[in-house]
Amino acid sequence: MVSSGGQAVAQVIGEARPPRETGTRPPTSWQRFLANRWAIAGAVVVLVVVVAAVLAPFLPLRDPNGTQPARRLSPLFAPGYVLGADHLGRDLLSRAIWGARVSLLVGVLSTALAVSVGTTVGLAAGYYGGRADLVIMRAIDILMAFPYILLAIALVAALGPGLVNAMIAVAVVNISFYARGVRSAVLLLREQEFIVGARAAGATEGRILRRHVLPNILAPILVFVAMNIGWMITETAGLSFIGLGAQPPSADWGTMLADGRQFITVASHVAAIPGLALFILVLGLNLAGDGLRDAFDPRLR
Amino acid sequence: MWPYLVRRLIAAIFVLIGVSLVVFLVLHLTPGDPAQVLLGPRATPDDLARLRQELGLDRPVLVQFVRWASHVLRGDFGRSIMLHRAVLPELARRFSATLILTAGGVLLAFPVGTLVGIVAAARRGTLIDRLTTTAAMLGVSMPAFWVGLLLIITFSVHLGWLPGTGMYSATGNGGITDLVVHLVLPAATLALLPLSIIARLTRASMLDVIGEDYIRTARAKGLSDRTVIGKHAFRNILVAMATVFGLQAGFLLAGAVYVETVFSWPGIGFMMVNAILTRDFPLVQGGVLLVAATYVLINLGTDLLYAYVDPRIRYG
Repeated sequence: MVSSGGQAVAQVIGEARPPRETGTRPPTSWQRFLANRWAIAGAVVVLVVVVAAVLAPFLPLRDPNGTQPARRLSPLFAPGYVLGADHLGRDLLSRAIWGARVSLLVGVLSTALAVSVGTTVGLAAGYYGGRADLVIMRAIDILMAFPYILLAIALVAALGPGLVNAMIAVAVVNISFYARGVRSAVLLLREQEFIVGARAAGATEGRILRRHVLPNILAPILVFVAMNIGWMITETAGLSFIGLGAQPPSADWGTMLADGRQFITVASHVAAIPGLALFILVLGLNLAGDGLRDAFDPRLR
Repeated sequence: MWPYLVRRLIAAIFVLIGVSLVVFLVLHLTPGDPAQVLLGPRATPDDLARLRQELGLDRPVLVQFVRWASHVLRGDFGRSIMLHRAVLPELARRFSATLILTAGGVLLAFPVGTLVGIVAAARRGTLIDRLTTTAAMLGVSMPAFWVGLLLIITFSVHLGWLPGTGMYSATGNGGITDLVVHLVLPAATLALLPLSIIARLTRASMLDVIGEDYIRTARAKGLSDRTVIGKHAFRNILVAMATVFGLQAGFLLAGAVYVETVFSWPGIGFMMVNAILTRDFPLVQGGVLLVAATYVLINLGTDLLYAYVDPRIRYG
């Protein structure tokens, strides 16, 4: 017998319960994830990038900001410079690895900001309804009427260019998506019997939200996060690329691309390498994210 | 239908007022104004005050907003502070360049993406399916600004086949051939992400539909694969396609900002970034209004498209 809580989870994350067969147990979500070769490959790529980023200060790398004018625009596989050097003679391998730190930090922090604010807003709007819901949803409509790139650019212009502000802008843009998603999930949950039951049993509203509503929407939120984080990283790098995010000389992939762009006729690898690094990380995240979605939320496929 | 349309258009007007007001407040309530940008860091407070008065920046923000809005209603978008030109013709010029770019991207992304998705679904599990699915996965993970640079490196720098910057050659006659030649690389860059998303989504919705009973019935009564997929199944994925179309509008504009930067395409995205950075208030306000209006209209168009492709959807 499945509890009503379990049923609600199944409904919200759309998990079709397979018919019971005697003797065999249907694979769990994690087992389904682990059986997906591409998802595992993606997870491994992400893991390698994370390990390299964390260990960057301990790896035998040159100072990512150390200039060496004699080495400027060194080609690939130059002695001592496996990936060559940029226009100031900075080691591109070292900068690419240090850049991973920036991108990963950006991904984690802006996602955390968007999720926490978006979930809170969505919970409040969906659960309390009424006037709060109306005001919040109209504000979100206006937010969504902006093409997100203009909103991000305007926010950066208001706050001033810089990595932290670019991150905040990308996070703010995403708040509306999380708020909408959470709100509609909560609207479905609110009328479920176990919520009504909890209220009848005398649970406070805060307790119902924390103990009954939140755990039931966590799975779809996490799946969305997994699919969203690569996009956040790309967008922040994009803002850096057009000069609104990280500022030189910081070793950030977007800034490195913008620097390298000026030399594509003489040394195209300088622009190609940071983009390749970004592509590899985002591809890994997307593969793993797709795998998580397929395993945990088949309805979204 | 008509009452619905009127209601939506009225709502759109309020959204546009809201968007304009928000941008106005953001621009005016944060440090830095056009007077400072124009006069530079060595300006004396007196000079600044005089210029602000000249530009009308010394009045209360809401008064400025009402003044701007009433001018806009009469078709006067003001003058760009940095360009010393009227805003409206500048917007029109820039907007048409972006429209050409996005039209190129859409014309590439939608037919190709849909076709790839359908073929992949119809030949599920085959080599074609695996190859296109992999390509689409790579496509959604590639940042547009990087793809643009790679295309320039390959086709302009190394092969010398296509121009990598601008909309017309300086020496050309500005003809349509010149424009098309310049459009190929930027449009391909812009199309990559939507094309991949559309291919993935078409494949997924097609696979859903193919599992339905009426498809089995159609096959059972002996219809050819082409009729079953092309007619019965295709019509039923159109609602999902309409949704993507609306969603892609925002992505296309964002992509346009990057693509225009990479290819020095004289469009509105490129212009807006510079206008915001130089705090050219009239240009930013006009641009935001234009872009938001386009966006709202596309969303409205998408909703109307639903009713067209799915007769079960009716708006009262």
